[in-house]
Amino acid sequence: MNFKFLRIFILLILVNISFTSISFGFKLKKENWKPKDTVNFVSKYYKENENCLKCHGQNIYEYRNESQGINIRHAMSSEKIINRDAFYQSNHKSFKCTDCHSDEYLKFPHAGELRLEQMYNCLDCHGNDPKYAQFHFEEIDSEYQKSIHFQMEKDGFTCWKCHNPHYYKISIRNTENLKKTIAYDNSICLSCHSDYAKFQLLSDKEEISIIDKHDWLPNQSVHFKNVRCIECHTKANDSLLVSHLIMPKDSAVRRCNECHSQNSILMASLYKFKSKEKRKDGFINGVMLNESYVIGANRNEYLNSISLVLFFIVLGIIVVHTTFRLAKKVKPKKK
Amino acid sequence: MSHKLYLYPKWIRLWHLFNALLFLTLIITGISMQYTDKESANTFIIKFDRSVAIHNFAALLLTLNYIIFVTGNVLTKNRIHYRINWKTIWKDLLIQFKYYAYGMFKGQKHPFPVTETTKFNPLQKFVYVLAMFVGLPLLIISGVGLLFPEITIKGIFGVSGLILTDILHITTGFFLSLFMIIHIYTCTLGSKPLTLFKSMITGYHESDDEH
Repeated sequence: MNFKFLRIFILLILVNISFTSISFGFKLKKENWKPKDTVNFVSKYYKENENCLKCHGQNIYEYRNESQGINIRHAMSSEKIINRDAFYQSNHKSFKCTDCHSDEYLKFPHAGELRLEQMYNCLDCHGNDPKYAQFHFEEIDSEYQKSIHFQMEKDGFTCWKCHNPHYYKISIRNTENLKKTIAYDNSICLSCHSDYAKFQLLSDKEEISIIDKHDWLPNQSVHFKNVRCIECHTKANDSLLVSHLIMPKDSAVRRCNECHSQNSILMASLYKFKSKEKRKDGFINGVMLNESYVIGANRNEYLNSISLVLFFIVLGIIVVHTTFRLAKKVKPKKK
Repeated sequence: MSHKLYLYPKWIRLWHLFNALLFLTLIITGISMQYTDKESANTFIIKFDRSVAIHNFAALLLTLNYIIFVTGNVLTKNRIHYRINWKTIWKDLLIQFKYYAYGMFKGQKHPFPVTETTKFNPLQKFVYVLAMFVGLPLLIISGVGLLFPEITIKGIFGVSGLILTDILHITTGFFLSLFMIIHIYTCTLGSKPLTLFKSMITGYHESDDEH
């Protein structure tokens, strides 16, 4: 009972710390933003970037209308707001805004035609470059072009729909906490598939409920926390670290033993990166045990052997006992 | 000359029958889940998803049946058969063991004849208490832990709580399965191989100085 109170006390302290840090974060954003001491990375372009982020880094922007002699304040469109902290933790954190966006944006008010600016896609920078060869960007692109996302929406869909250029960071390759990586990766899918307003930008289909669609899945919430959507919704590729061939919903994995088996597909997807860490302890697919436990995929070879030996010992005793009974044909003496 | 003793009232016979059928179902579906294979052709006995559904349902019924068993023993005199005499138990167990190991082949008398107050011999009593009041509760508790993984302890000394819960569940399940095999075999040790099976249908034990 005391232990329970101690846990509640610790939880309250943690909640309190979280609220304090959130409110501290808001205060920082109201002032002129400076790289925090605690952030390991400080962009050498952070001052240049502030020229953009002083407006695009907050909910409102303000400018002076010289002809009328008044200050005008507007709300910033939510899709044009860039979260500084998230940007400076992303894969593209070392860029300055004008590496990808036109220098013309440095002028304010921005010229209207800049809205038609052609955006880069991944291959424009990462394609055919030996530096990025290990990531197989070309193969990712070829898989993506076969995927249902591209097939259904050739014009509207781009890499950026899933990999936000300002915030995206590779997670699974460097993960130290697989659960967080799973939540991060699933949030990419859910950003459209559980937000109909965003979904409608790309599709005319009716709204679906992810929860209802996965009604058939036992222990639904446990599955959602422990595996990524792409485990079942992509076709695994041996040469790619993360498969990008999103399949039509009818081709999604529905058979439990695809994962719950000795030759579980999770070893070719979610645990592909970790399979080098040979945690065995007699467990089949033992590397999973660092993070999770999968019935059917994590049976223990030692226990299997011991149980078989015990089973046959019992069977042997019964056979010997029966043989003696038959041989002797003995009945207990009557009183 | 043999005479009959009414030792197994209807509620015990019904409980025992359901317990046996449910336990058999749980063994088959449990093995199917443990040894599942990706190739459906190699799936062990029953498909994984079907095994999970049947296992969960049978486990729920087994738990309810267990509650009936405990309640029945609290409310009726049947509980006297599960009282172990701790002063003599180890000596009695050895006597009974010796009888099964070689005494019965030498035509010795049964050391603990069945009476109205001693339905079980010491070995039966000890094993039944172990199975029903240690094994089955452990199996049910660990099973609940696996059925609701979100309530299971996250980990103990760096080892996932789910692994420990599962190992406890399958190990207990395995030993209770061995118990079931031995139990069925020892039931052939009556005056005739089928006598004791008949008792669990009629409720009458044929007292012939045997098992």
